Amino acid sequence: MASSTAPTQNTSTLRARYQWRVVDIVVASVVAVAVGVVFFAWSAGYTGIAALTGAFPPLAGLYTGGWLIAGVLGGLIIRKPGAAIYCEVLAAAVSALLGTQFGLTTLLSGAIQGVGAELIFLLFLYRRWNLGVALLAGLGAGLALSISENILYNALWAFEWQLMYVVFASISGVIIAGLVSWLAVRALAKTGVLSAFASGRTADV
Amino acid sequence: MADHGNTPSAVSISAQGWSWRHAGRKTPAVRDVGLTVAPGERVLLLGASGSGKSTLLHGLAGVLGDEGQGEQHGSLTLDGRPPGEVRGRAGLVLQDPDSQIVLARVGDEVAFGAENQAVPRDQIWQRVRRALDDVGLEVPLDRSTSALSGGQKQRLALAAVLAMQPGLLLLDEPTANLDPAGVLEVRDAVGRVLDRTGATLVVVEHRVAVWADVVDRVVVLAADGGILADGPPGTVLTDASTRARLAAAGVWLPGHQPSVPTQLSSPGEELLTARGLSVARAKRGPAVLDGVDVALTAGSSLGIVGPNGGGKSTLALTLAGLLPARRGQLEAAPALSRGAGSSPHAWKSAQLVTRIGTVFQEPEHQFLTNRVIDELEFGPRRLGGTDEAAVRRRVDPIAERLRLTSLLQANPFTLSGGEKRRLSVATMLATDPDILVLDEPTFGQDANTWAELVALLAELIQDGGSLLAVTHDQEFTDALGSRLLRVADGRADVEVRP
Amino acid sequence: MSVDVLTPHLTGRLLPRANPLSKLFAAVLVTVVVMLSIDWVSAAVVLVSELLLLPLLGISAWQLLKRTWPLVLAAVVAAYGTALLAEKTGAVLLEFGPILFTQDSVNSGIAIGLRGLAIALPGIFLLTTTDPTDLADALAQKLRMPHRFVLGALAGLRLVGLLVDEWRTLGLARHARGVGFEGNPVARLRNFLGQGFGLIVQAIRRATRLAMAMEARGFGAGDRTWARESTFTRLDLWVCLAGVLIAGTAVAAAVWAGTWNFLIGAS
Repeated sequence: MASSTAPTQNTSTLRARYQWRVVDIVVASVVAVAVGVVFFAWSAGYTGIAALTGAFPPLAGLYTGGWLIAGVLGGLIIRKPGAAIYCEVLAAAVSALLGTQFGLTTLLSGAIQGVGAELIFLLFLYRRWNLGVALLAGLGAGLALSISENILYNALWAFEWQLMYVVFASISGVIIAGLVSWLAVRALAKTGVLSAFASGRTADV
Repeated sequence: MADHGNTPSAVSISAQGWSWRHAGRKTPAVRDVGLTVAPGERVLLLGASGSGKSTLLHGLAGVLGDEGQGEQHGSLTLDGRPPGEVRGRAGLVLQDPDSQIVLARVGDEVAFGAENQAVPRDQIWQRVRRALDDVGLEVPLDRSTSALSGGQKQRLALAAVLAMQPGLLLLDEPTANLDPAGVLEVRDAVGRVLDRTGATLVVVEHRVAVWADVVDRVVVLAADGGILADGPPGTVLTDASTRARLAAAGVWLPGHQPSVPTQLSSPGEELLTARGLSVARAKRGPAVLDGVDVALTAGSSLGIVGPNGGGKSTLALTLAGLLPARRGQLEAAPALSRGAGSSPHAWKSAQLVTRIGTVFQEPEHQFLTNRVIDELEFGPRRLGGTDEAAVRRRVDPIAERLRLTSLLQANPFTLSGGEKRRLSVATMLATDPDILVLDEPTFGQDANTWAELVALLAELIQDGGSLLAVTHDQEFTDALGSRLLRVADGRADVEVRP
Repeated sequence: MSVDVLTPHLTGRLLPRANPLSKLFAAVLVTVVVMLSIDWVSAAVVLVSELLLLPLLGISAWQLLKRTWPLVLAAVVAAYGTALLAEKTGAVLLEFGPILFTQDSVNSGIAIGLRGLAIALPGIFLLTTTDPTDLADALAQKLRMPHRFVLGALAGLRLVGLLVDEWRTLGLARHARGVGFEGNPVARLRNFLGQGFGLIVQAIRRATRLAMAMEARGFGAGDRTWARESTFTRLDLWVCLAGVLIAGTAVAAAVWAGTWNFLIGAS
């Protein structure tokens, strides 16, 4: 089985680009779990901030970017269709298992937010993974989050407050989920732990 | 997979000019391996760090990945077929028990491989019981896999591959992370399994003595490609020139003790004293150890020994000022506290690093930057070292002493295991602490790194440093002339050395 | 204390025996109905039914409160936020500087608070009575979800406990290097991010090794069998019926009372 160029190289590279390998599935799962654990710790130290935003609830939108990291980070690392949705839903499931107030709706929220990031990656046909795409994915997730939260939970807020919530969540999504994830993937690539992934082998992340 | 018989046929191995280069690396991990192993042979695979033993093993298991992950030349076959096509004929057991358990319950874990082979349900449970029986793991099938000891976990991993009825067992340093009792458990289980099934064995392990009685052939990979030596253990391990080359490669040979200086000074003044100390891992939950009385003195070393799970690491972390004492007293003498207060746990991080340095078992846990040089300079700079020249004067000799000078621009995470260990020790020495605490410093190290570390630590003690090491390694504590604190059954007793 | 989410201590006698899918169906149905409308009648009906079923969980009121207090607090906060931000119609109840509560805004707040509790409880029922391994078996065997992903997720979940322990160890290891959880908020944030990065590195290392171990054991190669069969029993019929009954009663009561208020048209 000496290495050779397969005759059907086009189809095989296409498949390599879009099909999930076992290592993709397992690493996506564990990254989602790890992000879930990190944000469980984050929430534990959040009590003080929650009290502050209690006076002006739309400000809480600024904090929400943290919950969006799983999808953007997962998408940037795995680079496979569905990675953003899968990671975001699984991270949501972990936070549900570790204890959260939102019950089963966490899974729905996770799916919606994952879709927000996923759509951006899809828009670029899973071919572009630069900073701009990462920031847009963060924005997509932030918009998905804030619009769905406005419909599901903040439905009775006056419209201008809802709008502010969207703005704050989008900023948070771009900076925390987009920028931080992109920086994290770049640093991860340098450590060599991503050697099994295209994201770890290409320098132009 | 039609083979549901009780005794699977043993697998033969053939490698011809086989090389593998990981994607993104310039040089192959394994080069030019030519090897034929007959069915039922038991092979111990040796070689220097970096000679590609693990890569060869992973190649035999068919898990090196696709073209994106690397490039191969030559051929590697099991019974004449590529390993990737006959997964399940080879069963792979890895070093880290926690990274190879897949499921939550013991029974499910053992069944996993057979399920993947699409074995019918009623046969799966027969195989599960048989495999657990083979490795002597007598726990309920619904026991949580997280609740097992290290030795039990490795036997579980072995049972989990046995349920696939493999004709070839591939063991990648299966006992490197275990305490001495765990090592014997696993080794004996492997011996029993081979005697019953007659499967072929390839085991990679630094510590030759553990496996010398189980194997009937020793193969040594050369660092620059090809095979260095191949033959029965009696021949390979007694041949003078092979021995010399193996020793140079860092292989632990029976009857060969890495040479270290053992001139030790007499103990100096007391630095840290524990009286009636109780230690616990977390704020809630039970104390793991009660009534510990011990003192750390300048110019001496103390080894904390005993079986795993007894609270050795918790005690060390408490003495290191990282965990709060549950009850009792832990007091730093004025010579150590130097105005920072007598309770180490109350010290700020910056005060702690100049007084007590702790080297964790996993070096990566302590890496903070993305260059080796930044890692070394981090401590001195944090202590207010704005004077560039002073920082360099502090760091350069340490880098030199620990052979890190050529690696200063590298990312710490990309270093080899031995280099990471040296770096983690160096970062602690950079802030010149009075006490150095080490958690299992010699786990999984080859003989060269071991000797280097012991020599360095002996020097520190001679210079008046105080050393505390959690370890199973009796050669290590002997070489440093350590006093021993034996931890077992919730008690800690200072042992008098003969 | 380590966290082992995959082998949780299940409570109650009856519900753990039901198939996870029927519990999931009932819980999702009830949750969806509560979410569709923001009115206090449907929320109250669901909440009362849930409270009546609590004895099935077999845990004392005190244990339940210990487990669910963040949820109660969240409901109160949500109620307060809505009362503060909703359209200010109806009689003024309280005016204090910029803060204004009116009859209608407070009513909206109460509805949101009740709804929050009613949404959270089905999750508690599911989590305290369901073993994740059983859920995975059911999802793959009965719902025919792709087994590679279901089992991959399950294998990832097993690492939760290890990663929580690793998070603690990382904290101590970094403290020993001179970066403790101390100093100003910016330093703390940087330290938190650094520790988070350290955790992700370890997580990916573990995951890569785990993937290798799973592939070596034939995972992902093709069709597989299941050592344990996921089955439905008569109990599952009752669980589903209970879900339908609660959901139906809630809708009927709200429509009858004239409070049913479909979500998208709200505000």
